Order: sequence, then structure tokens, then C-alpha cells
Amino acid sequence: MSELVKRNASELVELLQSGEVTSVELTQAFLDRIEKLNPLLNSFLHVNTKEALATAAEVDRKRAAGEKLPKLAGLPIAVKDNLTTTDAPTTAGSKILEGWIPQYDATVVKLLREEMMPILGKTNLDEFAMGSSTEFSAYGPSRNPWDTDRIPGGSGGGSSSAVAGFLAPLAIGSDTGGSIRFPAAVTGTVGVKPTYGAVSRYGLIALASSLDQIGPVARNVLDAALLSDVITGYDKHDSTSLPESLGSMVEAAKSGSLKGVRVGVIKELSGEGFQPGVKALFNESLELMVKAGAEIVEVSCPSFEYAIAAYYLILPAEASSNLAKFDSVRFGMRVTPEGNPTIERVMAATREAGFGPEVKRRIILGTYALSSGYYDAYYGSAQKVRTLIQRDFAAAFEKADVLVSPTAPTTAFKFGEKLEDPLAMYLNDIATIPANLAGTPGISIPNGLASEDGLPSGIQLLAPAREDKRLYAIGAALEALQEDVWGKRMIDFAPEVKAGA
Amino acid sequence: MSELTPDLVRHLASLARIQVTDAEVDRFAEQLSLIVESVAAVNNAVAGDVPATSHPIPMANVFREDVVEPSLTQEQALSGAPDSDQGRFRVAAILDEE
Amino acid sequence: MNYELALEKFEVVIGLEVHVELNTNTKMFCGCRNDFGDEPNTNVCPICIGLPGSLPAVNRKAVESSIAIGLALGCEIAPNGRFSRKNYFYPDLAKNFQTSQYDEPIAFEGTIDIEVPSGAVYTVDIERAHMEEDAGKLTHIGGNTGRIQGAEYSLVDYNRAGVPLVEIVTKPVFGAGAEAPELAAAYVRSIREIVKALGVSDARMERGNVRCDANVSIRPHGQEKLGTRTETKNVNSLRSIERTVRYEIQRQAHILANGGTITQETRHWHEDRGITSAGRPKSDADDYRYFPEPDLVPVQPSKELIEQIRASLPEKPADRRKRLQGEWSFSDLEFRDVVNSGFLDELEETVAKGAKPQAARKWWTGEIARLANADGKDVSDLSITPSDVAELATLVESGKINDRIGREVLQAVLEGAGNPAKIVADRGLEVVSDDGALMAAIDEALAKQPDVLEKIREGKLQAAGSVIGAVMQAMNGQADAGRVRELIIERANA
Repeated sequence: MSELVKRNASELVELLQSGEVTSVELTQAFLDRIEKLNPLLNSFLHVNTKEALATAAEVDRKRAAGEKLPKLAGLPIAVKDNLTTTDAPTTAGSKILEGWIPQYDATVVKLLREEMMPILGKTNLDEFAMGSSTEFSAYGPSRNPWDTDRIPGGSGGGSSSAVAGFLAPLAIGSDTGGSIRFPAAVTGTVGVKPTYGAVSRYGLIALASSLDQIGPVARNVLDAALLSDVITGYDKHDSTSLPESLGSMVEAAKSGSLKGVRVGVIKELSGEGFQPGVKALFNESLELMVKAGAEIVEVSCPSFEYAIAAYYLILPAEASSNLAKFDSVRFGMRVTPEGNPTIERVMAATREAGFGPEVKRRIILGTYALSSGYYDAYYGSAQKVRTLIQRDFAAAFEKADVLVSPTAPTTAFKFGEKLEDPLAMYLNDIATIPANLAGTPGISIPNGLASEDGLPSGIQLLAPAREDKRLYAIGAALEALQEDVWGKRMIDFAPEVKAGA
Repeated sequence: MSELTPDLVRHLASLARIQVTDAEVDRFAEQLSLIVESVAAVNNAVAGDVPATSHPIPMANVFREDVVEPSLTQEQALSGAPDSDQGRFRVAAILDEE
Repeated sequence: MNYELALEKFEVVIGLEVHVELNTNTKMFCGCRNDFGDEPNTNVCPICIGLPGSLPAVNRKAVESSIAIGLALGCEIAPNGRFSRKNYFYPDLAKNFQTSQYDEPIAFEGTIDIEVPSGAVYTVDIERAHMEEDAGKLTHIGGNTGRIQGAEYSLVDYNRAGVPLVEIVTKPVFGAGAEAPELAAAYVRSIREIVKALGVSDARMERGNVRCDANVSIRPHGQEKLGTRTETKNVNSLRSIERTVRYEIQRQAHILANGGTITQETRHWHEDRGITSAGRPKSDADDYRYFPEPDLVPVQPSKELIEQIRASLPEKPADRRKRLQGEWSFSDLEFRDVVNSGFLDELEETVAKGAKPQAARKWWTGEIARLANADGKDVSDLSITPSDVAELATLVESGKINDRIGREVLQAVLEGAGNPAKIVADRGLEVVSDDGALMAAIDEALAKQPDVLEKIREGKLQAAGSVIGAVMQAMNGQADAGRVRELIIERANA
């Protein structure tokens, strides 16, 4: 069974449908692997053994009875722990929510249940998705299956390490500034941030409402597409949800070609600050694409220079307001100081004890950015930078069908390396942030192992808003070319994780 | 650009209802000053008449019809509360006793 | 300070913020029932108790009602309005921010003419009307239970959290002088009338459907700079609004005249003591950090929608008053009396149910108002309907009962004994106009006062009075006094 967990999700779906494997067998195989490796990888904060097996058994029963089932029925999945689930605690990686069992399911979770996918458990993340390494999780970091001394990326490091470590075939992530794509790049997996509004945010514990977007985490493009087709769609509970259909990503992934595709290389995201091995792999990917008939054009996005600055104003500002509800009244932790404290002091003491340092830093920064006298200079200007970035994208997409860059400047770094230097940590997201500010979709696909450390690197593809299909089509084509060169999947290069290492 | 003094950090933390120790105040003041110095760059970018973007994908007029949907039960509503009494959420006194 | 003296020295500037609770089926941003009288925390959901991950969705009806209010106040409707978050921590505020409108309210720049009891008319400029959500309800326990001061702890019910509100804000109102208190009350009465006529609010002040914050400042005559203002929160009856403004004028005048300064602060009105007291001072801490609500998209009402709503607006209250006064042929004084006592709607309905306008007026502004006042109740709390009054007026008009019996019947209606016709029937209150029965009583009375007939014959008609009195007494007041008189005179001249 150990090899079963390493199969692509698309193959597992076929095995389930043909009856070669039951959902209970498959789910149990992943649960066994979780049991073995989660103590080391810390991918999951909570494992939903009983509920997952119950769903699996239900699928098997229905299949045996010849009932019609949804396409991915019986295929297990992991869910990032910032989505609400009525049958599992939801912590968002924070002490302040420890033990909270939500009273409602997130829309995406509802869709997974309707698809009858057994939910294996809830995956680790930086507290409230603030971070790039999972080191800011209140429940300890997750580890990178490629090298367990290194970060699995963040904030969605639990989902990326689960998928890269074969603890789950698919996972749900959320991407506010790169929290799906950066972890994908450093764990040799595929991660997609859809167009803003494509996937309902209802039930996603908000970090920055105008930037957050839920997306798939997978080991290849087709698998990501399978999941995307399940979770994408209009939801009346999310007023920013797109009313129109974006089409089938599975069809796009199956029909991809690079012939005649204009690939735009973003000048500002291809030069300094990138690890040489990462840059070299990026150039190799470009060459491969040219060989397959693509045309490379250089595009300039001068405002991207200000993207990180704008991002670290908008995000903290929105987060400071979104996180105000964590006040010890209706849910979550309560800390009551000695004496007869007022509610104000109880709230302040609870938030002091319940939030970690990065969350506090960002809340204070956001409070500052919104406070009277500073609003125009900070939040106001940052919103204008957003307009400039959208204009840069629009101009670039006049010349190119997709834009490309390395997903991240470096491969996975070691624990502790950037922990005390917030600014250095923020730079990990330099290539991924513009898409969140503009609302446009992006995908990260593994594109090789960097020469200096043998660790995976990713290439990011960006498309105009609502053109998510391009990412899947072109991404799948590039992935196929690379696998031809490598002779196997990227993930097959990963060393076997040793339990108790 | 303006620096985040410890006093300002203390004021902001109080606005944000976060109790902070003196040590935290000093550390945040130092770290946040650096961050603010760096993010203040946005001001250089937006000379001239640029509209603000608050929603990445422009949309308007998204409404819900005025139709009643099921509510939580009182028990469900209170299920996550640290303290409740008589069907209500219980909180400490709002004013100091003076 | 003495009120007249205060006005001699100072000019009064008022500003009014009125919150109107809309009577939509559901809350502003979620599908919970808009009904906060129910068991605590039963009309709540993840959205209105602010559970992590929940998102708001705007109630279409609430937006349309807000547009209707804006139009009725002569406002412009914003082609692009949006919601903002007003950030502050308070346990009745589930998300610790209120979703409101800040720099782009749905309606702005209106005017409304307000007539005060003296008959003077003032134009009040409306600055804006914006949409927002109500907060939950706090109950303070321990200490002097019910008061926030000294409470040991508090309990929160979020049934009211998220109920749609429209806040109507005036520009500063100058020049009302001594009539500023009356103007304030008349303004709020007008807002009530308007939203009631629009059908967008139940508009019952005693239930908090309409709440008023009164801003008052004064400045020496001739001074250009506005004085420091105070904001008295949640003044919840028309009478209290008038008293609050009057009290604040006198209080502030006293301070300034004695060389003091006014503190900018919120104040609270104490109905029992007739004073305001200091609440929280306004300070730098009131930094609400407004920013556009990222979870909601802009509201851009089309011209067609605005015109459609405009076309469906009911008659303007001022026009309606003019029309009714004409239809009813009331003198200015009579009509103002009706308006000032707040019975216009009731009167209109009573007339519509068949009562004569003058009779309807006398009942409402006379006996009913007197009884309400005596009980210290709002008339809307009295269990009498315009149908009852119409029935009562018709009974008197037709001579079935007299005025005195009518008042008795009214009292019985208020006590819940049923409608007037039933009460009259049940208690046999109909006046006796049967000549046979009356003659018997007259003869009995005459037997005790034999000289009366002679006096009448001599032309002293007033002598009949004592016999009429005796007959009325004998018949428990149910005799038709006019007929008794006629019969006595007939008898004398027979």
C-alpha cells in the first residue's frame, strides 16, 4: 500500500471508480502514513480519523450499490486549518482559538463533503496565515519532507508538507501573498491561487479580505485542476464571489500546448536577489518552452517595486480589523487578569496571551496604517499602488498570454534563519504578492532542483483575471515537457522521509 | 517618515486591545520603525492622480433578498463561548468600580 | 441659568442624529429575523455574532428603504456608495467593528421644513443619511442592577446585532433661538412621520425604533466660531428631546456665563431628574480607523431604480397636512393642536372610518390625550384604535349615547372591555329616548316639585333644570336630556 499513497490523484480517482481500490483502503493508507510521519512533519494539527473513514465507508457502500457518485468521491483530502469545519477543531494556527469547534462549515468544506471526499484532517499554518515558514504557528512548525531541517514554506506549510510527504493526495490552501505558491515551490508541489472571487471565502478565517483566496495544493497540474473544479463557483455567502463560470480546469489541463504562446518574462522579477540555482532553473524552463514553440517576450512592471510595501500596509490594516473579533466574548480563549478586571482588560490580556509576536506586530502596524493622520499616507497610497500594479499587469498582458517568474527567490531555508528579521521574511513573497494585489491568478509548478542545495524550485505562471484556464493549460504543457526531460515526476526525486529522524 | 516611538506603539496597542509589556513595546517600536520606513516607499509611487483600488475585481450591487434563513439555536450560538448565563454571553463589567 | 436670560446672551446651535431601525424581514447583512424581542441569542448566526470566517451580504430591501428615506428628505442619492468599517471594541459589537458608511453615504444634501408649535417654520438641512447595523443588547447585573455603573458583570444578547439602521444627520441648525428645543422635537416627529408613511420602519420611539442623539452648542451673539458642543445620546421620546435641548442650553449658558468652558463630551439624559450628566469625554482615543469594507462591493443604484422608488413615495407630510386641514375645515389653531399632539395619523384613520372630523379631533386631543397623560403613557401604548374612536363618535353623533356616557365607554375600552358598541350593549348604556319611560320619570319628579310647571308657564324656563337633573339621576344619566326638556315644556303648556 505504501506506493498507493504516492500515486497521482487522477490515478487514484480511476482506481476508486474501477473498484480496484476502496475508499476505506485508500483513506486508511493515508491515515497510516499520517500516523507514522505526522509526529515528525507536523503537517496536521488535527487528524479526522473517524469522520474520514465514515465518509469513505459511505462512498464504498454507495459504489457497491451502484449509486451515482461525484467524480472525486472517496478521494481523501487535507484542509488548511483556517477553514471552518463543524466536525474538527479550527485554530488558524493560533492559541486564541485552541479547541474551538465551529458552528458552521466553510463553503469549500461543504463542497468537499458534497463531493464525498474524506477529510483527513486540518493542516498546520503560520498563525492566522501570517508568515512564510509555519514557524509562526502556535503549534510548532511543519517540516519540509525534502529536508526536515528546513521550512515547508508558509503560511500553508502544513498542506504543502502533507502533499509533498504523501500524507494526502490533495490539500486545500489559502493564498494572501503567496501562502499556496511559495510552499509549493519549496516542496516540489503544485499550488494555485485562483482569480480573486473564483472560490468562496465564506468560512475562511480572514487574514486580509481583499487579498485572500482559497486554492488547490497538489503534486501535479491535472490533480490541482481536479480539485479546482470541485471548489470553484459562485457562492451567495461571499459578496465578492464571481458570478460567472471560469470553465473546466481539467479540460484546460488536458488540452494544453505551448505552441505560439507568448510568454512574458517580468523584468523586475528575474534579476537581483534570486538564488543562482533558482535563476538557472528558471532559464532552463524558458528554454524548454521555446523549444515547444513558445515565444519569450520581456515585459516591464515598474510598479512591482512597490508591491511588498503596499502589501505590508494593506494586509496589516485589514488584518487588524479582521482579528478584532478575537476578544474572548463569543468563542476562543479568555484570560482574566487578577482582581476585578473590566472587560477591556480581559480583552487586552486575552489578546496578549492568545496572539503570537508576528500577529501582534501586524495588528499594531495595521492599526497605525489606518489611524487618523496616517491613513492617506499609508493605506490610501497603498490602495493607489494597487491600481498601478493592475495597470502594469494590463499592459504586460497586451504583449504576453502568460507572465512568468521564479515563484520564490530561494529554495527552502533552514528553521530560524529569518525568524528574527521580519523584513527578510517578507521578501520571500516578492514574486507572488503582485497577483494578490491585482486579483489575478497564479500557479507555481516545480521546475527542478537547485544546483547549490539539491532542493526544489518553482516557476510561477500568471494570467489575467478570470483566465485561470491558461495557467492549467500552459502549466500542464510545461510540466509534461519537464517530466520528459527528468524521466519521472519531480516529487519522485524526494528522499523517503524517515520517521523519527 | 515618522518613526514609531514607544509611546505611539503603546497607544496603538491600546487601540488594538493588546496588553503589552515595556520590553515588547521597545522591541515592536524598533522592528516596526524599520518596517514603516520600508513601506513608506508607497508614497513615492503615487505621485499624480491615481484612483485607489479597494476591490481587486471591480463589482457592484451584490445583494441578498430579504428572506429569512435559519438561525443558530441558542445552544449552538453559545457553544463556543468562554462563559454564558441565562442564554446570554457573559462578560466582565464594562466600567471600573469607582 | 434662567432660559430667557440664556437666550439673551447666547445663540443656540443644534444638530440632530436620528437612528431609524428599518422593519425589514431580515437583518442588514444576514438572513436572521429582524426581531429582537425573542428569546436571547435565537435570531443569530455566524455572521451577526461575528464568528471567524463569516462574511456579510447586503439586504436589498434595506438599501431600497434607505434610498426611499433619502428621497423623502430631499437628498441626492449617491451613484456610488460603499460600506466602511468603523473600528472600536465593545462587547455588544460582535466583530468589534461596525459595518457602516463613512465617506460615501447612500444619501446626502437634503432639506426638510419643520413647523414648530408657534406656527413658525424652520428649514433643516440634512447632511447625510447612511446605512449601518445595530449593536447587540447589554444587560448589566449586580450592583444597582440594570445600570452599567457598579455592575459586577454584563450579559450580551446579539438578537439586535445587525438590525438595519439608517442614521440621518442634520447640518448645524442656526436661528431657532428660544424655539430650538421645540424644533428638535418637531424635527424628530417629522422623521418619524416620514419613515412611518414610507412603511420602512415601525417608528416606535418607546421601542427604540427611532433614537435621537442631540448635539447642542451655544455661542455669544455675534461670535462667528461655533461653541463647543455636547452630544446627548439616545434620547428616546419627543418630550425628552425638547427637555434635553432646553436643559443643555441652560447648563452651558450657566457655565459660560461664569467664565467656565464646555467640555466636548457625550452626555446622558435622565428622564427622572430632568438633567443630563457627563458620559465619556471625546478624546484622541476615538480613532475609529474607518476603511472601505473589503468584504462588500459598492452600492451603485441605477437612475431607473431611484426614479422607481421616487415615484412610489407617499405624499410629503407637509403636503398631506395642507390637504387634510382643507378637507376637514379645521382652523389653523385646531389643526396645529392635532399635529402637536401627534394624532394626525389616528385622526385621519378615524375620519376614514366614518367619524366627523371635529368629533374625531375632540376625542383624540381631548379625552384620549388626557387619559394617556394621566397614565404617563404614549398614546400608541393605549389599547384604543381609530376604529373604536370612530364607533364611539358615531354613537354620540346618532344620539345613542351622550358625551358623558361616551367618556365612560372610552374608559371601558381602555380597560379592555371590548369595542364601544359592545360595551354600550353589554352595559345597557344607550340613552332612553322613549317618551313613555321619560314621561313616567318626569311625572315622578314633578310630583316632588309641584311649582315648577307654574314657573315655566310664567316664562322661567330655567326652572326645568332641576326636574331634568332629577330625571337624569333617576335614569342613571342615560336619559336624552334634550328630549326631557322638550317634554317638560310640553307638559307645562298642555
